[in-house]
Formats: sequence, structure tokens, C-alpha cells
Amino acid sequence: MRRVVITGVGIYSCIGKNCTEVVDSLYHGRSGIGIDPARTEYGYRSPLTGIVTRPDLKGILDRKQRAFLPQEAEYAYISTIEALAQAGLDIAYFEQNEAGILFGNDSSAQAVVEAHETIKEKRDTVLVGAASVFHSMTSVVSMNLATILKLKGINFSVSGACASGSHAIGLGYLFIKHGLQEMVICGGAQEVNMVAMGSFDGISAFSTRVDEPAKASRPFDADRDGLVPSGGAATLILEEYEHAKKRGATILCEVAGYGFSSNGEHISQPSDRGSYVAMERALRDSGLLPKDIGYINAHATSTPIGDKFEAMAITQLFGENSVPVSSTKSMTGHECWMAGASELVYTILMMQNDFIAPNINFERPDEYSALLNIAAQRMDGRFDVALSNSFGFGGTNSALVIHQIK
Amino acid sequence: MDINEIIEKTNHFLIEEIEVDPELISPTADLREDLGIDSLDFVDIVVLVERNFGFKIKAEEMTEVRTLEAFYQYIGKKLNTK
Repeated sequence: MRRVVITGVGIYSCIGKNCTEVVDSLYHGRSGIGIDPARTEYGYRSPLTGIVTRPDLKGILDRKQRAFLPQEAEYAYISTIEALAQAGLDIAYFEQNEAGILFGNDSSAQAVVEAHETIKEKRDTVLVGAASVFHSMTSVVSMNLATILKLKGINFSVSGACASGSHAIGLGYLFIKHGLQEMVICGGAQEVNMVAMGSFDGISAFSTRVDEPAKASRPFDADRDGLVPSGGAATLILEEYEHAKKRGATILCEVAGYGFSSNGEHISQPSDRGSYVAMERALRDSGLLPKDIGYINAHATSTPIGDKFEAMAITQLFGENSVPVSSTKSMTGHECWMAGASELVYTILMMQNDFIAPNINFERPDEYSALLNIAAQRMDGRFDVALSNSFGFGGTNSALVIHQIK
Repeated sequence: MDINEIIEKTNHFLIEEIEVDPELISPTADLREDLGIDSLDFVDIVVLVERNFGFKIKAEEMTEVRTLEAFYQYIGKKLNTK
């Protein structure tokens, strides 16, 4: 059986613009949440957001390459360059060797809104300019990176709501495991702007704890009042094990299992059953048992109902007070389409640095989270196997198991 | 607007927005062959001309325009006949 390993990771998020910065934030439990006052003026209930600045790519990419990148693709370019450098890859490699790209993304709203405003004002579609058509497609990240990096393998984007990034990695794993690709660049990206998240704010999904931004995202805590939107991009280089060894690449970990499920129920309400099935399937695929898992990076977004169902599912599968659990969303906020990818990157960084990042703001458990072994403080020590959960609207669930290569 | 102002404004947006190499800017330069302007760049040039000169380029008229000099003249003619 072909094995799938990860040989490079990159990250651009509100807790750091590269792996080094992110490790430091995770280690110290540092929040990346702040206030965007323009959101209140625009009509939001909550101005809370992950604070992500746009990278300046002038001088790095030429105009034509830059012009077609909306913000989430800029983030993804930066995270991908970091991952490629770690994996010892560059464009010259991709000109000679086939590699694919599968990226999770489920919106690119800003360009759509801007195009609409221009057309409405000018009554002329031409004046929207050339880049808008590319900017406004959800496949904008994979299409741009495939072009810039000269990729010649599988090339598309995965839209699975807040599980998009995780499913993209799961699919990349399957493409390699089944012999269809030797290497796939996987990841997730999430735009951070006012127009993309207004309707999400409108369904009262967001925390309104505006006087304490760093305390607003509090997964599993009894006093939580909603999630905080965030974004950025994360990239992971998935590669067939023998291929990586032959190349002399540094192997960070193995992707041991991918599990998925669909709740088949409510459009926004999660399900313990669906979450359980995805986790159980990922474990079965990996050939591991619940007792083998050393850390669970929970999906937990800081919404009362979502956290509850995940806590129930974890307790059902792993038993009470067993595996250490934390939700890095307590620091990052909810990175939505990117979250499945970024949280696997966070997990890998913790695994490499022998610690479990704290689930900050977990001060008072509720009846469901009380049954979990939640890392309210950082836990120092090695763990070999981890599970990362991602769940999304429409009842889509994804779970990934990774382990260290011995 | 006199021709020098047209030349200055046009060169400015070609260099700043389209990122044409300033050293390639000369009246005889061919827009497509020498400056490497492709069909997607032309869409952005339509937007830039509208923003800088207040009129919209007609695509069928641009097929006759090969060089930068011809482009300056085209803009001058449009502005005077507007």
C-alpha cells in the first residue's frame, strides 16, 4: 500500500505570517483577534475579526501574476512558497515533474461586490477590468497557483464550507494513496473582508464580546457567545513516501487516515452522529485505535451548539477525560474555508515542537465539555498521533489522522 | 489637452499600472510585439483610458493602433472629436 507523507507546511494567519511566528503564538497562547471598526459602521452586529494584513507582493511577482490574486490567493501564495521551501521544491522542479494542487475555498466575495458596483455605476461590464473574472471564482487559489508554479497534475478547488481545507487534504491523500499522483499541494484559503462575512454576521453566529477581543473566541467554555471570523491561508505538501525518501525530503509526518460523513439533517446545526462517523472512519482508515491518539485538534468554533455536538462525539468515541483536546480557534478565531488546512498545520507544528497549544479562554466547562480532557493550559511533551476535525454547513464532516514517522 | 500631456499620462499608467519596462517606451514601440501587451492587458487599458481621459476605447478602432505613437494620436483624436 502506498503511504502519504507531508514534506512541507506553510501558514499565513492572524497569529503569524510564517511557521516560526505561529509556533511562538501557539506556544504562548496568543490571540490574533481584534476589532475592525468599519464593520460596525457597515451594519455588522460584531466588529470582531482575526486581524490579517495583506502581503506586499510587488517585486516578488510580476504585475500579471499579482493582478489575478485577490487577498485569499495572496495569502495562499505566501503560505505555499513557505511550504515549498521547506519541502525543497521550486518552479524548476514542477517544470520537470508532475504535481497537483487541491485547495479548499468556498467564496471570493469581494471581487463580485466590486464588479457589481462598477457595472451599476458605469453601466458597462468592460470597465470592471480583466482580473475580476478570476478574482470572483472560488477556484481562484488553485487556478493562480497552478499557473504561477507551472503545475501539471490534478488542479481544482474544494468547496465544503468550513471543512473545505480538510477535505482538500483528504482528497490529496486519496489521489496519492491510489497511485494517481506522486505529489499534491494541498491547503485552504479564507478571505478576510467586510463584504464576505456580512451575511454570516446576520445569522448571529459571531461573538459580540467586543470589549475583550482576545477573550471573545472561547471554544468549549460555558460563557461563549459565538465564533469570531478570521482567515489567511495554509499549505501542506503531500507526497508519496518512497518518492519523498528518494528526493531526500524531510518527512514531517504521515497522513494516516481520512474520514468523512454527511449529517443528512439540518443545514447549519451539527450532529454528534455525523462527527462520530467521520472520526471513526478516519481512525479505521489509519488502522489505529482511539487509545493511540495523543491529541485532538477540535473543530470547536465557540458556538454553544457546535461545541456541544463535537464534545458529545469525542466522548462517545474516546471515552470520558481521555485524549487531550484543544481548539486552536480560541486563538485564531474561525478560519472557515482555510481552517481544516491551517489546523492540520498547527497540529504538525505542535507535534514537531513537543507541545499541545492551550485552548485559551476555557475557564468554565459546561456539562458536555466537562467530560473532555481540554488543555486549558499548554501541555508540554511529545505526542505521536493526532486527529484534526473539521465540520461545515450542510452537515459536511472531515477528520484527518496524522502520525510521526518512526 | 495637448499631445505632451497625453503622452505623459499614457506613459505614466503604462509604467505604473501595466508595469511596462520604462526603457521600452518609445514612439515606435509596437504595443503587442515590443511592450508585450496581451488581450487581458487591453481590458485593463480600456479601464485606465476611461479613468485618465474620460472616454471608452472602441475595440474595433484599436485594431488599427499598432505603435505607441499611434496610440497617443488615437487618444488625441478621440479627445478632440468628443
